[in-house]
Amino acid sequence: MFGKLSGWLSSIFGKKHVRIGIYGPPNAGKTTLANRIAMDWAGEIVGEVSEIPHETRKVQKKDRVVIRDGKASLTLDLIDTPGIATKIDYHDFLEFGIDEEDAKQRAKEATEGVIEAIKWLDNVDGVILLMDSTKNPFTQVNITIFGNLEARELPFIIAANKIDMNGSPATLQSAFPQHEVVPISALEGINMDLFYEAILKTFGKKGR
Amino acid sequence: MEIKVNFISQEKLNGFSTDEKLEFILKEVEKGQILVLERGLKAEEQTKLIEMTMNDVNEKFTGIEMESYIEEKPTFLQKLLGKNSARMTIVGPAGTLKTIYKDKDVIQAVIVGKKK
Repeated sequence: MFGKLSGWLSSIFGKKHVRIGIYGPPNAGKTTLANRIAMDWAGEIVGEVSEIPHETRKVQKKDRVVIRDGKASLTLDLIDTPGIATKIDYHDFLEFGIDEEDAKQRAKEATEGVIEAIKWLDNVDGVILLMDSTKNPFTQVNITIFGNLEARELPFIIAANKIDMNGSPATLQSAFPQHEVVPISALEGINMDLFYEAILKTFGKKGR
Repeated sequence: MEIKVNFISQEKLNGFSTDEKLEFILKEVEKGQILVLERGLKAEEQTKLIEMTMNDVNEKFTGIEMESYIEEKPTFLQKLLGKNSARMTIVGPAGTLKTIYKDKDVIQAVIVGKKK
């Protein structure tokens, strides 16, 4: 009864509290973005970052992050998910100076993280699909997540990260022409005002 | 050095349930086969295949290389008829199949064979 009433009120007045997952391939900068959002609006970070792929191997959460823009506000429960990959080879971690046993353990945890990230798709109200604008946008992980969001009719934002590293958000935009792509640097905090505007517009809107 | 590529018709996969289809694909890939699926996997099937793959990853089997095109948003009629709008999918073992270039309409891949 309460759920129905809440859904009806949301459809009239717009959503006020949503659970948003940050998804993307490993090393796209998901945790850096989660930290940026949480620092900007709650003064705390969500998790550690590293240049070694699969640093985030368990879902990390930051609840009740309130984003404001003038009169509009939206409360986010942020879900920072492990990077989704189709292959995980422990040898790749050895290149970063990790010893073999730790590399194997990291690979095992990374596989579990991918599964956890996929399962969380059933429990989010919307998604920030984070892509690395310095890389080819047509990777299978990008395409698979994109297709899932379309099929599930989940509201989502595509953020083209790493524009401070000569990324090409225009290439990314041309790959997904039907969707607005927000060019950002989560690390340097570039265009975050545009990004927060997109969050309020996409996840707080009426009639979803 | 011979590399075998199996082209799987839409009719063959249509006879399977989703789970049977994905189990068939993963089993073949784990045996070292490269499969070209005439009618590609839907996005939800791709994620399910990734999940199943992650459950099987170990020191010898490091996962899959999968490539497909961006799936067009299904029309109302397609949804109503349950029609699969996915285009071709190619899938193989990560150590054997490697994508070297990809754009909206072109997938370039190489197959790395082991020396006898």
